[in-house]
Amino acid sequence: MNTLFDKIWDAHVVQNVEDGPTQLYIDRLYCHEVTSPQAFEGLRARGLQCFRPKQIFCMPDHNTPTHDQDKPIEDPVSKTQVDTLEKNAKDFGLTHFGMMHPKNGIIHVVGPERGLSLPGMTIVCGDSHTSTHGAVGAVAFGIGTSEVEMVMASQCILQQKPKSMRINVEGVLQKGVTAKDIALYLMSELTTSGATGYFIEYAGSTIRALSMEGRLTLCNLSIEMGARGGFIAPDETTFEYLKGREYAPQGNDWEKAVEYWKTLKSGEDAVFDKELNFKAEDIEPMVTYGTNPGMGIGISQEIPGLDTIPEAGKISYMKSLDYMGFAPQEKMLGKKVDYVFLGACTNGRIEDFRAFASIVKGKKKAEHVTAWLVPGSWMVDSQIREEGLDVILKQAGFEIRQPGCSACLAMNDDKIPAGKLSVSTSNRNFEGRQGPGARTVLASPLVAAAAAITGVITDPRDFL
Amino acid sequence: MKQKFDIIESTCVPLPLENVDTDQIIPARFLKATTRDEKFFGDNLFRDWRYDKEGNLKPDFVLNNPLYGGEILVAGKNFGSGSSREHAAWAIAGYGFKVVISSFFADIHKNNELNNFVLPVVVSEHFLANLFTSIQANPKMQVRVDVPNQTVTNLSTGESETFEINGYKKYCLMNALDDIDFLLENREKIEAWEKMSR
Repeated sequence: MNTLFDKIWDAHVVQNVEDGPTQLYIDRLYCHEVTSPQAFEGLRARGLQCFRPKQIFCMPDHNTPTHDQDKPIEDPVSKTQVDTLEKNAKDFGLTHFGMMHPKNGIIHVVGPERGLSLPGMTIVCGDSHTSTHGAVGAVAFGIGTSEVEMVMASQCILQQKPKSMRINVEGVLQKGVTAKDIALYLMSELTTSGATGYFIEYAGSTIRALSMEGRLTLCNLSIEMGARGGFIAPDETTFEYLKGREYAPQGNDWEKAVEYWKTLKSGEDAVFDKELNFKAEDIEPMVTYGTNPGMGIGISQEIPGLDTIPEAGKISYMKSLDYMGFAPQEKMLGKKVDYVFLGACTNGRIEDFRAFASIVKGKKKAEHVTAWLVPGSWMVDSQIREEGLDVILKQAGFEIRQPGCSACLAMNDDKIPAGKLSVSTSNRNFEGRQGPGARTVLASPLVAAAAAITGVITDPRDFL
Repeated sequence: MKQKFDIIESTCVPLPLENVDTDQIIPARFLKATTRDEKFFGDNLFRDWRYDKEGNLKPDFVLNNPLYGGEILVAGKNFGSGSSREHAAWAIAGYGFKVVISSFFADIHKNNELNNFVLPVVVSEHFLANLFTSIQANPKMQVRVDVPNQTVTNLSTGESETFEINGYKKYCLMNALDDIDFLLENREKIEAWEKMSR
């Protein structure tokens, strides 16, 4: 009761369906090329237009190659999907940032950086990582394609109201520990289903001290704890970040908006269905060792022994370790790394490139490591060049590719070959996620950078 | 596919793994389609568990085991975690499953199943464990899912539980109606809301 989630949710209720879900009004719908074509197809079949086309923004990101984007996409099936989004956007009168458009990039990077995602909004997209936008203080969550079609047709969605959870993290993070590590730590504590049915509010001094980029990373990973979404009440960090951004309110409207946004916080008397407390000092740089993001440990620790796993989960646990080629009670440190991926909606922002560059500066990439550095958007790409990070990275043997989702889910050419071990700043280490047979270790940009230099899993604190 | 739900009695396909994510249900490389071709998605359900790299059937995977079949998939807890891809629900529907039984479903996937007329039935851990045992003992055993009465019964042991579904969704399933039909009828309310809150 009286949580920020309640306030935003309640302000968007069109009606509560009797013995059913809530009809919730949606301020912003984002569409990418993978989960939208069948929704447009559905509208056509019913002879419908988009109800509020101005509230819908489209951009391809999943299939886009990370090189030669000025040329047609080589894979004909990918090309069809990307072209279909452009055609659909045109037919239905929607804003579209196509490949090579200066505003193109990963939808969850572009939304906040252009000021399209704002505090107090309801935001949806046919993509589970829509939770990212919660970092600006919005209620944002991923939906399926039928639900995308619902929003297109009515600017509303039918949803059961989730339960509320507050996760408080207090204290100062150790050196070398980032927002990514907080998220991986929370997942290892909660498991990938620990927050299912809940909407998370992140709070506490550690969270307040995070930059906007860090908050975006943390909220991005809410879904990996099973949560419907996760968000952070807006504060000065939020306003500072959004001010002057293209689609954010300007002038007098800005002042009025900030006045309203300042009211967006949970009441002193707010009651959550569940409340969890963690200490920043307990978190070290994290890595995953298995095939779901909840299978994570501090980088200096051992893979848990089989005796620590409940009976019903033992088969799944061993299947997972067999896939990874790891054994219980092994150390992760020192394992040979073949690929390093910096990017994705999780860690494809300027701060992530700064972190990576801070470690590799003046050193050389390990020869046997293939590294893919993929900015989350063209805006991030420009920032990298303005700050001269491209020069530092180049001198260390790294090249910067063109923006897109890339090796996070390998829908383009950036596939990790079968059997190869990848240290990745993305969000999922599922079997085959980065390519059939690929083995993924999730980690922060600092851990990824240290691995890229030494060629093995390395504690980044050795370099700080 | 829109279909009316009433009482389903069927043999089951057991998948006693936990945390089956939607990347396993349908890998990303099959998401490039621009239509809802259920046969295409059904053919690629659990693709990398079902086929090897050369496209040969893996005989040890349950869908390739002729002992098991039916309209009900029984899976370990936290089924459908990860990506929001509705293609996973299309694949399950396309393969011919009408019901998925588990002790726990991921939120987005659960909605996706319902929106595609696949019924997710949440049972207790105990019921699920017994059901796996029953299927192992007799692959031809049947389960009855009674939507009007919201019960699920292991016909081998007689064990029965009620399952939750809200009245609205139950009505939709029993009458083959979807949410868009409902929302379109409510456009006036939406416009009124917009006027009030702008």
